[in-house]
Amino acid sequence: MLQLSLLILLIPFAGFLILIFFGKRLPRQGDWLGTSFLGITLLMSVFLLISKIASIPGDTLSYSFSWVIIGNPDAGGFSVDLGVMIDNLTVVMLVVVMLVSFLVHLFSIGYMKDDPRYSRYFSYLGLFTFSMTGIVLTDNLLMMYIFWELVGISSYLLIGFWYEKKSASNAANKAFIVNRIGDAGMFIGIMILFIHFSTFSFDAIFSGIQAGDLPFQSTAWLTAAGILIFCGAVGKSAQFPLHVWLPDAMEGPTPVSALIHAATMVAAGGYLIARMFPILTAEALLVIAYIGAITALIAATIALTQHDIKKILAYSTISQLGYMVMALGVGAFTAGFMHLVTHAAFKAGLFLGAGSVIFAMHHALHQKHDHKTDAQDLRNMGGLKSRMPLTYWTFLIFTLAISGVPLTSGFLSKDEILAGTLAFSSLNGHYLLPVIGFVVAGLTAFYMFRLFILTFHGKHADESRVSDLKESPFTMTIPLMILAGLSTFVFYSFNPFAASGGWFFSAIERPLSLVPEALQPASAEVFAQAVSALHTPALILSIIIAGAGIFGAVWVYQWKKTSAVQISEKFGALYRGSFNKWYFDEMYQAVFINGTFIITKVLRWFDETIVDGIVNGAAYVFERFSVVNRWFDEHIIDGLVNLTALGTGVLGKVLRKLQTGKIQHYLAFVVLGMLVFYFIII
Amino acid sequence: MENSFLQWLAQPELTHYLMLGAMLFCIGITLVLTRRNVIMVLMGIELILNSANINFIAFSRYSVITLDGHLTALFLIILAAAEAAVALAIVLNIYNRFKTIDIDEISLLKG
Repeated sequence: MLQLSLLILLIPFAGFLILIFFGKRLPRQGDWLGTSFLGITLLMSVFLLISKIASIPGDTLSYSFSWVIIGNPDAGGFSVDLGVMIDNLTVVMLVVVMLVSFLVHLFSIGYMKDDPRYSRYFSYLGLFTFSMTGIVLTDNLLMMYIFWELVGISSYLLIGFWYEKKSASNAANKAFIVNRIGDAGMFIGIMILFIHFSTFSFDAIFSGIQAGDLPFQSTAWLTAAGILIFCGAVGKSAQFPLHVWLPDAMEGPTPVSALIHAATMVAAGGYLIARMFPILTAEALLVIAYIGAITALIAATIALTQHDIKKILAYSTISQLGYMVMALGVGAFTAGFMHLVTHAAFKAGLFLGAGSVIFAMHHALHQKHDHKTDAQDLRNMGGLKSRMPLTYWTFLIFTLAISGVPLTSGFLSKDEILAGTLAFSSLNGHYLLPVIGFVVAGLTAFYMFRLFILTFHGKHADESRVSDLKESPFTMTIPLMILAGLSTFVFYSFNPFAASGGWFFSAIERPLSLVPEALQPASAEVFAQAVSALHTPALILSIIIAGAGIFGAVWVYQWKKTSAVQISEKFGALYRGSFNKWYFDEMYQAVFINGTFIITKVLRWFDETIVDGIVNGAAYVFERFSVVNRWFDEHIIDGLVNLTALGTGVLGKVLRKLQTGKIQHYLAFVVLGMLVFYFIII
Repeated sequence: MENSFLQWLAQPELTHYLMLGAMLFCIGITLVLTRRNVIMVLMGIELILNSANINFIAFSRYSVITLDGHLTALFLIILAAAEAAVALAIVLNIYNRFKTIDIDEISLLKG
């Protein structure tokens, strides 16, 4: 199994290398290569999932080797190990990554056709898949961090894939920089653990903490390390307050949004929390739960008023990620992770469906040589139901799933999360969490159906376009159908109203908390009891609320009983706030960017007056000094030299007279010289 | 005094020969430095060489009983012969070139 997992890791990387170097020379620019590689790894990871869950569900397989050894590991030194680890979490996540990646590869064959950098696109997808697999498979924090950054860079490359567009390259920069902020926190958290334990391995750190060996012997440091590592998840999973990059990341190609910014990379934050769960203290988990709740609420309210189809989906992704994080924070571990998996399927489906719609719209606009109309704006759509039946029906299933309608996968996981928050508040107080959970559930149902109705129902905005709109090719619709199938309940639990009896809940169990007794959250058994007691009320309440949200959307947008404009005017301030994304970007602009500008201006002034002043002053002094020096050189030194030359010249002129050319004179000088010599010596 | 001078003359010893050599040397130098004729200059050089010869023989005779001085004198005679041959050839060439052997006329070395 370990060898197989290494193959799963390396095959996408091989695909990346082949495509980046030889992609343009391969037939069809190598799209079949990337796609078939992913097909192979998908099969491998499905095999891995089945064999792992069926035969050894309780075991954790791991293999590691020393990469760098510094000093003597037995005495003060340490070795940096690399390795892979396979448990149930890993295999489930692997299948999710491989499946979505494969379907996105397939979808992209149609979507990215005619793109000038077609093969490069597929190589980037391969790089991303490799990095994501690395995150999933790793058994230590260092590799986690490395692959964490690698998914960051592949996300950067793919957001800025159409870098000719200024907005795309800006969005790529924004995503990367905002992520760096979170990653810095994560790095500090990792280093806190590393300095104390001298190892990066999950296993060693966990067993150290279990033995009561806390970082710096302080529970506060343990909580801090947990929260700081969670910072990485805040950045990558676009949690408040670092959520601003994800909507902008929609500048990338739509299949990329489906793969990276909806299904897998942004879910890596959830995976990280799940991995670190045993060492998170109750306080850290509470912070995580509140961050998740705030994120879910903010994003859901913003999604209500947006017009761009991908922006709405982006905010809905943020909101759902907030859900997952909140679920993990309250201790509904399995529910949170299950939501990660189900969300990956239906949100990837939603994005690919949106991609299909945009593709069709773009095509239709292109036929009419209309390059001004925005192909992603809901106001330019409508009435696509009859033109794109496959997209329509699959999109309906995804929308139902995300709204939490029974018989869908989304219902199962969302219901468990809501029951979890209720149980948490019944155990610990914090009644805000379930309230936010239910409100967000209602809002989600509302804005998703608003999106759905505005896109597919009613009349198309411009009748002349209708005839040009047509269903996307089969490489694009097949992934939609597969994902629609996976958005139904049967794949997760045979009971459509409760996930807790299905294979997923038995395979993914909440790990034991290893922190000291006093810091532990409510134990899994206590929590499970509370959940089962509150499951039925949560179930009924969530159905009612989802129904209310859907009904509201249908009332306003389908039957048009109440004008949306009137409602927005009634809640003027709230509407504007939501429409402008609660001014987060403006606030960050004002505080951080302008703040940086002000600091740079001050520093520049300091540089120009003080530092440059010192430098210029020193230069002036040296210049004056050199003038003196020059005078000295020219008059004293040169004078001496010239004097020597002059003296020699004069002497030469005098002695020249002796050179008469007559040998007898010379001989006379010789004799004279000899005589002088003779008398001096005697 | 005269008697003693004659006596000194009558009993030859090292000093006599050295005096003779010195005289010959002075005559030679005078010839070399004063005569205009190249041939006469050469003759002066011969005299200088021969004064040296006399010195060699005299020292050889009166100080150490070896044949070193005699040998050197023989070498010098050979050398003088060779020198005379070369020098006369040079003189002939000078004459061919300048149509004179007056040494004052030949002052190409003037600086």
